[in-house]
Amino acid sequence: MIQFILNNKIIKTSSNSGMTLLDFIREKEQLKGTKIGCREGDCGACTVLVGTLNKNKISYQSITSCIYPLGNANGKHIVTIEGINLTQNLNSVQQSLSENYATQCGFCTPGFVVSLTGYVLRNSKENLNTINDAISGNICRCTGYKSIEKATKEIDEKLIFKDADHQVKWLVDKGFIPDYFTEIPKRLNDIKIQKLNSISGTIVANGTDLYVQFADKLSEENINLIGEESSLKGITFSNKICTIGASTTVTELLENDRLQNIFPKLNSFLKLVSSQQIRNMGTLGGNFVNASPIGDMSIFFLALNSILRINNKNGTTREISFQKFHQDYKKFDLKEGELINSVSFLIPDKNTFFNFEKVSKRSHLDIASVNTAGRINIKNNRISNAYFSLGGVAAIPKFLTKTNDFLNGKTIDTKTIKQAERILQSEISPISDVRGTFNYKRLLAKQLFFAHFIELFPKKIKFQNLFS
Amino acid sequence: MKNIDSYGHLRGESLFVDDIITRHDTLFGLVFDSPKAHGKIISVDYTKAEAVKGVIKIFTHKDILGENQIGGIIQDEPLFAENEVHFWGQPIAFIVAESEFIAKKARALINIEIDELPIITTAKEAKEKGSFINPPRSFKSGNTQNSFAECDYVYEGETFSNGQEHLYLETQGSYAVPMENGNIKITSSTQGPTIVQKTVAKVLGVNMHKIEVDVIRLGGAFGGKEDQATAWAVMTALAVQQLKKPVKYILNRHDDLRMTGKRHPYESTFKIGLTKDLKIQAFEVEFLQNSGAAADLSPAIAERTLFHATNSYFIPNVMSTVYSCKTNLPPNTAFRGFGGPQGMFVIESAIAKAANEIGVNKRLIQEANLIAENDEFYYGQIATQVEAQKSWLATKEEFNLKRLEKEVKTFNKENLQFKKGISLMPIAFGISFTNTPMNHARALIHIYQDGSVGVSTGAVEMGQSVNTKMLQVAYNTLGISPLKVKLETTNTTRVANTSPTAASATADLNGKAVLQACNSLIERLKSVACKMLSVTESEIIFKEDQVFVNNKKSDLLWEEVVTQAMLERVALSENAHYATPVIHFDKTKEKGHPFAYHVYGTAITTVTVDCLRGIYEIDAVKITHDFGKSMNLGIDVGQVEGALAQGIGWMTMEEIVYGKNGQLLSNSLSSYKVPDIFSVANKVDIIPLETQGNDMAILKSKAVGEPPLMYGIGTYFAIQDAVAAFNPNYKPKFHSPFTPEKVLISLYEK
Repeated sequence: MIQFILNNKIIKTSSNSGMTLLDFIREKEQLKGTKIGCREGDCGACTVLVGTLNKNKISYQSITSCIYPLGNANGKHIVTIEGINLTQNLNSVQQSLSENYATQCGFCTPGFVVSLTGYVLRNSKENLNTINDAISGNICRCTGYKSIEKATKEIDEKLIFKDADHQVKWLVDKGFIPDYFTEIPKRLNDIKIQKLNSISGTIVANGTDLYVQFADKLSEENINLIGEESSLKGITFSNKICTIGASTTVTELLENDRLQNIFPKLNSFLKLVSSQQIRNMGTLGGNFVNASPIGDMSIFFLALNSILRINNKNGTTREISFQKFHQDYKKFDLKEGELINSVSFLIPDKNTFFNFEKVSKRSHLDIASVNTAGRINIKNNRISNAYFSLGGVAAIPKFLTKTNDFLNGKTIDTKTIKQAERILQSEISPISDVRGTFNYKRLLAKQLFFAHFIELFPKKIKFQNLFS
Repeated sequence: MKNIDSYGHLRGESLFVDDIITRHDTLFGLVFDSPKAHGKIISVDYTKAEAVKGVIKIFTHKDILGENQIGGIIQDEPLFAENEVHFWGQPIAFIVAESEFIAKKARALINIEIDELPIITTAKEAKEKGSFINPPRSFKSGNTQNSFAECDYVYEGETFSNGQEHLYLETQGSYAVPMENGNIKITSSTQGPTIVQKTVAKVLGVNMHKIEVDVIRLGGAFGGKEDQATAWAVMTALAVQQLKKPVKYILNRHDDLRMTGKRHPYESTFKIGLTKDLKIQAFEVEFLQNSGAAADLSPAIAERTLFHATNSYFIPNVMSTVYSCKTNLPPNTAFRGFGGPQGMFVIESAIAKAANEIGVNKRLIQEANLIAENDEFYYGQIATQVEAQKSWLATKEEFNLKRLEKEVKTFNKENLQFKKGISLMPIAFGISFTNTPMNHARALIHIYQDGSVGVSTGAVEMGQSVNTKMLQVAYNTLGISPLKVKLETTNTTRVANTSPTAASATADLNGKAVLQACNSLIERLKSVACKMLSVTESEIIFKEDQVFVNNKKSDLLWEEVVTQAMLERVALSENAHYATPVIHFDKTKEKGHPFAYHVYGTAITTVTVDCLRGIYEIDAVKITHDFGKSMNLGIDVGQVEGALAQGIGWMTMEEIVYGKNGQLLSNSLSSYKVPDIFSVANKVDIIPLETQGNDMAILKSKAVGEPPLMYGIGTYFAIQDAVAAFNPNYKPKFHSPFTPEKVLISLYEK
């Protein structure tokens, strides 16, 4: 039995946990404000909010309901456009959109309203999210976005005096959300949640990839949901080691203070990864086992020279270098009954430099043509260790072993980097596909490899010297 | 006035086809389409699919009682393939089942054997093999041959502009319900209710009056639902005809992307001749339009390409030819601009090529050749109320072009990794269906006895806010509160024989009909009111829900006049018909006056290219646009911004890719990218040009749907400008879209 609150209504359902939340909302509950645009999380028309209770505090995140398993709604507050509407008047977000002519055909509009409401419920100085990040996963084909931007500026201004300590009440008072929201934490607490136990079903973390491919098949199942499994969650720091649970989402990385300190540009790196809705769901483990040669998180953690901890169902664990995990196209070192538990890496110190680069046809919510990360340790003005990874250039997310070996012990100068780039070219084998021709990917690999050094060592490595 | 649908849209309460309440016994359809681009069908085995529990029936061409034909301009497109398939995604059968889910399971079990035939995917290849939709067409003025001989500069070149997926957020769909006596009511997401009605009748073998088509609204269309909404509506109706149960079919995104046509890719060659003073004396162009496997609207689109081959320039000697090339792609179709953008891209490319060769700024050539009052468009229409030069000069002045150009220059001098580019893009876009007989519309207006008003027109609401404009015309003309007026759905039983909502002309055509109808009603009510007040008709007007006598408010209310009119048995309903005057075109001579008027404007685009990564940002697009006397500037500006973003998308990131086997590879939203909030221009400034407006436009408020899309072409040339600033070896190419891939390769070409 799956139980949750949908808008203002308690839901108890025996539907398959693998059904998409979108189908449940539209077909079982006949709530037609949530639209079907693409069923692959790429348009945002089906955006809903998921409210999660944690120690009597509720936090809301936007997700695309087309690729979200119903089972994950268990114990949550799910909010659709219908649950945001006030009885009669437009709410404050809707008013700003209306005043600025920010709706034309209206099909994408509920998704925008829900995403923006997610923002007003969540934004804070700490999480570094801008209001336009909140709609990074919402596509509008009519307006050209300028009217929407005017509206979002206005909404941001309305939030200047938000009372962070009593934000739900403040938002109710200011006409952003209906008043039933104030009772939700209590009502969620009162639900006796049953743990969904479907060990035999397909293992699904949060489904951002599996549901794009197999939604129909999964909808017939009670799936084995691991996205909320507490043993797979969490970011811990000890003994110079950072360990991140495999079911940690990209948003959780992004909003982690300590990681932000360790990687000062974390925000700009991770904003290039998919959209906010997908970052709220997509997990590290999911990205690793998706095994795409262009997986952003694989590339990121390869360059951190990470270690994977893998659990067996018998309770034993083993550790392997992440560099050894991917073996061939979509083949990886995970045996029957095994599950990635966590990924860990040595916390960079002041002599460690890290950078992430990604180029895609569209800068946001797109799959890279080429992505790459690099970690360099410096000792006595020389590279003591280099760890560069490169995506989109081989059957697997590529760890550039030869290039890294070459760089070890070298000083950072233009000549060395140019030499390293030639080695890089010798260890990649890009193919032409919808993300670009192989020639382009080779050129881009060179450019982005150089970009790492220009970004990390601007005094030593200059654009003009590399290209003269 | 805001879009009257805003409230419902923002609350998720507006209804689209997929949202309407269905009858509980509704069945669901799904198309089985060709998995090959060309071949003979050897066999199709449906037995396993038919055996799936919940599958009701699988319809094929054999089940059609009328004609298996949905072609419009040319009867060359079967609803279901019979013996051969001509494109990947061509419908072969229609599975009807108790749920979409069951239908999908059944589809996976259909076995088809196809004996593959050679395929053509490019227009050039089609031309070489003589594969055409119809004979080529040519427009001509002056004598290019002689003129080239006298030119100081003559250049030739070639261009390619790729197709474009409409990506309406609402996919195609239809819901058909059996009514009594074999009648069928269809709710369709179509721009052309009459096209659907007519085609359903033909395929079902019944008369049009048996078929009612109702359109609530469309979740975007952009031309993609002008002709291509029809097939799905016909299939649902066909199933209803035989099963006597409601049938719904909403395409899933992947099926929609795979099976429907897009903007036409064009491969073109040009020859341009100029004299030393930069006057373009002669221009020859050959357009190869990749039409796909059937005509659809291709011949009409090809025609508009010819009309816009010279954009907003006056060129005395022009020779243009277009070939609609038959290939094994889904039939390409209407898309905002309707062939105009493809034509304009070529002339702009030719000018860029000439500028580059001569070594002058492109804008000097543009400026030297802008069309002026009483010049003749090369298809014979005399240009009047021309705003080309005015908008050009206004743009230069209002946005201080000199300063912008200087900023770009300075920036490029100071920066190595980043380069800026700038371009100007003028537009002149003709308003009217180029097929003169289509320029008509009707409105049916009821004043109910309580004084409220229902307005029906042939216009389809698809986000452009045409209903808001109709409402404005109605309530202003009747002198009543907008709250008293309701825009009805677009329905073939209320307004018949309509032209599709297309060509930017719908507000003009239907608005004029609404205006006429309201004026007739007001005349009748005036005569009632003046008897009530004992005054003459010339003394009174209706305003603010009241009767005004000599501009003074009387005590007489609108409702009271309506009540009295009822008692006097005065007709409170009116049906008006409007047909655009003046326009004509003689296809035997390819000369005439096809357009009611033109819309003008000029855009300045500035971009910044990251020459390390090959990515770019559009800094700003600054536009002076000819709205005429805009009746709703908020809505019209929204149309400009939206069209601009689509034009920029077409020129930059939207890349349709077909495999050599004719399979669509950009077949999902993860592989076909349209602009998101981060990729549109950082700044868009739009200044309405001061003009008189045009009497042929509704309330002098000019059509706005399509013209601004072509400002997006400016982005291509701005990027090109930035690339050239970085790479002195760069040889300008005219091959859109200018993706990050092409940018990076151009930056480093030797």
